[in-house]
Amino acid sequence: MNNHYQLVIIGGGAAGLSAAVTAANYDLRIALIDEQAAIGGQIYRGIESVPKQRGKQLGDDYLHGKSLATAFHRSDVDYFSSTQVWSVNKQGEIGIVNNNQAQILTADQIIIATGAMERPVPFPGWTLTGVMNAGAGQVLFKSAGVVPKNEMVLAGSGPLLLLLATQYLHAGIKIKALLDMSTLTNHLYALPKLPQALLAAHYLIKGMKLQQELKQAGIPILEGVSGLKALGDDNKINSISFKHNRKQKTFTTDLLLIHFGVIPHIWLTQSVGCHHRWDDSQQCWQPKHDQWGKTNLDGILIAGDGSSINGAKAAEYSGKISALQAVYALGKINKQQRHQLTLPAKKSKQQERCIRPFLERWFAISDALLITADDETLVCRCEEITAGEIRQAVHEGHHDSNQIKFINRCGMGACQGRQCANAVANIVAAETGKTIHEAGIYRGRPPVTPITLGQLANLYPQEKQ
Amino acid sequence: MKTEVLIIGGGLIGSSIALQLALRDCQVTVIEKESSGRHASGVNAGGLRQLNRHVAEIPLTIEAAKLWRNIKELVDSDCDTCFPGQIRVAENSEDLKKLQQRQSLVKSLGYHHEEMITKKELYQLAPALSPHCVGALICREDGYARPYHALTAFRHKAESLGVQYSTDNEVYRLNKLDNVWEVRTQKGEFKADVIVNCAGAWANKFAEILGEGVPLTPKTPMMMVTERLPPFINPVIGATSRKLSFKQMQNGTLVIGGAYLAKLDFQQQNTEIDWKKLSESAQTVMALFPQLENVRIVRSWAGIEAFMPDNLPVISASSTEKNVYHAFGFSAHGFQLSPIIGKIISQLILDGKSELPIKAFDIRRFLRSFPN
Repeated sequence: MNNHYQLVIIGGGAAGLSAAVTAANYDLRIALIDEQAAIGGQIYRGIESVPKQRGKQLGDDYLHGKSLATAFHRSDVDYFSSTQVWSVNKQGEIGIVNNNQAQILTADQIIIATGAMERPVPFPGWTLTGVMNAGAGQVLFKSAGVVPKNEMVLAGSGPLLLLLATQYLHAGIKIKALLDMSTLTNHLYALPKLPQALLAAHYLIKGMKLQQELKQAGIPILEGVSGLKALGDDNKINSISFKHNRKQKTFTTDLLLIHFGVIPHIWLTQSVGCHHRWDDSQQCWQPKHDQWGKTNLDGILIAGDGSSINGAKAAEYSGKISALQAVYALGKINKQQRHQLTLPAKKSKQQERCIRPFLERWFAISDALLITADDETLVCRCEEITAGEIRQAVHEGHHDSNQIKFINRCGMGACQGRQCANAVANIVAAETGKTIHEAGIYRGRPPVTPITLGQLANLYPQEKQ
Repeated sequence: MKTEVLIIGGGLIGSSIALQLALRDCQVTVIEKESSGRHASGVNAGGLRQLNRHVAEIPLTIEAAKLWRNIKELVDSDCDTCFPGQIRVAENSEDLKKLQQRQSLVKSLGYHHEEMITKKELYQLAPALSPHCVGALICREDGYARPYHALTAFRHKAESLGVQYSTDNEVYRLNKLDNVWEVRTQKGEFKADVIVNCAGAWANKFAEILGEGVPLTPKTPMMMVTERLPPFINPVIGATSRKLSFKQMQNGTLVIGGAYLAKLDFQQQNTEIDWKKLSESAQTVMALFPQLENVRIVRSWAGIEAFMPDNLPVISASSTEKNVYHAFGFSAHGFQLSPIIGKIISQLILDGKSELPIKAFDIRRFLRSFPN
């Protein structure tokens, strides 16, 4: 059984690498599958090939990824790079596409470590060319050194926004303004969570340093911005308008980078049938899991930001914990050993988590944005469905996300609902008075990433008639 | 709460019956354990097919087709219907012989909706088809609709006529007291004079309560859909000796079925795609449309549907209790029949008999003593 592994890890970021390095010590047949050409995930993207100068610009936290990468390459884990996972099921079958060929791997234990994605937040004009996720922009910068030529505007809410801004600044990119869209009420509600956050004060200090650096560089930081709109002709952005200090303002720009925090990339866990819950504090869906990373499905584990957003360090610890759970389930260690071996990682993970309640409250996305208050705004980009059309469908008696999907095709496009699932659930909840959890999440419909008819037809080549 | 007729199951069949009863001024309540169209009614292929039906279904399918033609008159919506014809292709002389026999049979019964066409006409109608086909059977009036849209239209029309839907409400028990049915549900007790069982894959639970359990098997036909393509084929394509249902929707996506079954955990209501079988389904598509090799599949799914051993539905009065009727077990071809089923059951309830022949669908055919 060439295609069988005792453990398959999906994702080569902080959590996946840490899981692989941990499990590799236990004489198991292990594979790590990653969609990128090189390991590192989003946070440590390009870690093995980054030139010294750019590595320095990206900072020490980024360079920490080197040690994980080195340990991974010393292990004898089978590594599938540039490989898409298009399906995982309860039988432990993992559908992959590698080199344009689809095949099925099987595994006794699977760790899904698919990390986070930027939170899609529809707002007027978000689909215009020239409006881009700040993280996606940063990916271009990390891996290819691609930088925008003209002055750009950064807008949104989230701890990464400042980091992204300083990274752009270091790279010599002109920033016209930074629009902070976290609200002042957020900041009030966040204050009670500050004492706990001080236990991880280094993160707060880092944040303040970033802010100071931007101010010193003369970049205007506008706080409490709301009502952001991207305006343009011919599907291309030429300006933005927004409200600041009770005044309506307009900036001309041909590049708007937006960032509204990150959410777990749940499309595999959703497709395989893991149970999910809506987390009010993180404002996103999360696969339900226990302290060992176990989901409701036997042999399917979750690790890292794909389970809940706690950052790269916490992802590394959680990868270790899930790996040891898999090692335990495979009979290589006993319960007592599992307990002992995971203790330090659990403690460190808890420490990492300290700052999160504060950050989550401080940077919470406003309701107006979550429910796409503007009726004209496209929510489903693939099928071109507006917020108004979704509200209309709710009023016509379609009272959960899947009924909305049935009736107006929201979430049926190639993105499989990645862009619209949150907005649709929030709209349904707001219109019906249900909780977001009750409004529900789209049922997974594999393949998670498209495969061709030809690839599917040749899935089992040796058995072809 | 008291109602004249209580319908168990808010899918398309239940909604069609509710609508027809409401049109005749009946007071109707529909109890649905999840949301309307959650299973087979919402996720089927939407085929409006008269072609190649069991002979017992022919009188029904022809009347149903008339209703679909003017569906807007019935439900105030066209349900996104279109009628480009359905074709069953012959890929070799053996297939051709089977189709000719079929056509003779239909003709001998006095029906003319199924026609043989030559290879030449086949390729005029479907030039995209692989060149090896030799002829086909066609029903030119056939087509398809969008199932969830149809269901919604039926439900809305029924509701506009006063039908009450109680969704997310499971029926637990049926009890008869002084000719009134007491129906115990998750959301309390309902009372009704008449009960109709349209519970689809879950219908046998109620047949069993009534002491007339049937050999119903829940099965899960898989479907897949591709990315949007430029228009390249109009009619719905099926094959004679392969499992295939293939059509291009108005938005350009290809919808591919073929009754390959997914894995099913019925207790959990959980379906899981069987990649080995779906791969066979893709091989079938490759055989008839090799040019689609690089077309991307964006979604696959399976709905839970009730299958009977003879692949014929149960449409009949109960054999054990008065004022109880069944309409279930459509074995993956109930969508097209649904408007006429509403008429038939409403006639059984209100007139004591149906205008159309329904003996073949009697629930008693599964009892040993029932004469065939």
